[in-house]
Amino acid sequence: MTMEQEISLGSEPHAMFVSYNAFDLILGELVPQMQEVSQSVYGHTNPARIEQLGWRVGLAIVERFGSTKGDTLEIMKFICKDVWLVLFRKQIDNLKTNHRGVYVLTDTQFRLFQRMSRPTPSETIAMATPYLEFPAGIIRGILEALGVKASVKAETPGFPTVVFHITTMH
Amino acid sequence: MTSKPLKAVGEEVWKTKIDKVNAELVALTYGSLVAQLCRDFENNYDRVNEQLDKMGYNIGLRLIEDFLARSGIGRCSSFKDTAEVISKVGFKMFLNVVPRVSNWSADGKTFSLYIDDNPLADFVELPPQSENLWYSNIYCGVLRGALEMTQMQVHAEFVSDVLQGHAATEIKVQLLQILKDEIPAAEE
Repeated sequence: MTMEQEISLGSEPHAMFVSYNAFDLILGELVPQMQEVSQSVYGHTNPARIEQLGWRVGLAIVERFGSTKGDTLEIMKFICKDVWLVLFRKQIDNLKTNHRGVYVLTDTQFRLFQRMSRPTPSETIAMATPYLEFPAGIIRGILEALGVKASVKAETPGFPTVVFHITTMH
Repeated sequence: MTSKPLKAVGEEVWKTKIDKVNAELVALTYGSLVAQLCRDFENNYDRVNEQLDKMGYNIGLRLIEDFLARSGIGRCSSFKDTAEVISKVGFKMFLNVVPRVSNWSADGKTFSLYIDDNPLADFVELPPQSENLWYSNIYCGVLRGALEMTQMQVHAEFVSDVLQGHAATEIKVQLLQILKDEIPAAEE
């Protein structure tokens, strides 16, 4: 049985559906809201809080939709295909691994960037960073829920590409 | 208004023009956000409610364009029409539920939406001592923001919620004034 069959994201016969647009509108507001809250509660923006929100969502996705174990590469493929497709309506474009615990995932059209106006190169990093924390947290949460401890670092080499560097720990 | 019954309009839009996603995914994402807000505000639920309302307001401002484009709904002739459109087309098209519209005030300016099957509240259990938390308060903001974009200034608030052990989930919507045709100032 493949990972895709074991963890189904919404293909259950009795699943309820809502509009993806409603979901997209919520996704688009998560980061600005969390930043506003951090600012008012802690007096500064706090990217770790956004990462944590993503992590919660990642854990919840596995809790709700499946709890199987495959090898780490299978789990990465599941994230790249199923999870990304259902969350962001596209798959991760590229998955590389050194087969020694390091995985590099590249999304060349990251969805949460779509609503942002195209920043100048010097603004890019500062503006984009909080938006990267959310999916990085999701990946870390899913991996953790499936038994893989990992650190996930996200960066944007150029708008609207995002690269996730995942280092698994043994 | 279109000549077709609104219920049929809503159903047709839902069937033919909407990209759909598993409701549980949306519910768990929203739930993660509410949980995090409760932590950040140290269970000050008034502030959580306020933040959810604000978030909804921002969404409402953006959502109306998509709503009008997909539904083809034109200007409503009365606030009663507006209420029916919100329920049968708006809620239907975004959340696939049709809240009951009822409890009209004598002056026709206040009504209630009863949401029997709240998709956001699936599998939700509120923490103890959270009587002040209106978990789905984002709806109030969405209504306020979307209606403001169509020149109606409203106040929307939760009256009761089955999550709080109440018999029904009820949002009261009150028309405050009809705005003049101008671009509303963005709220920050």
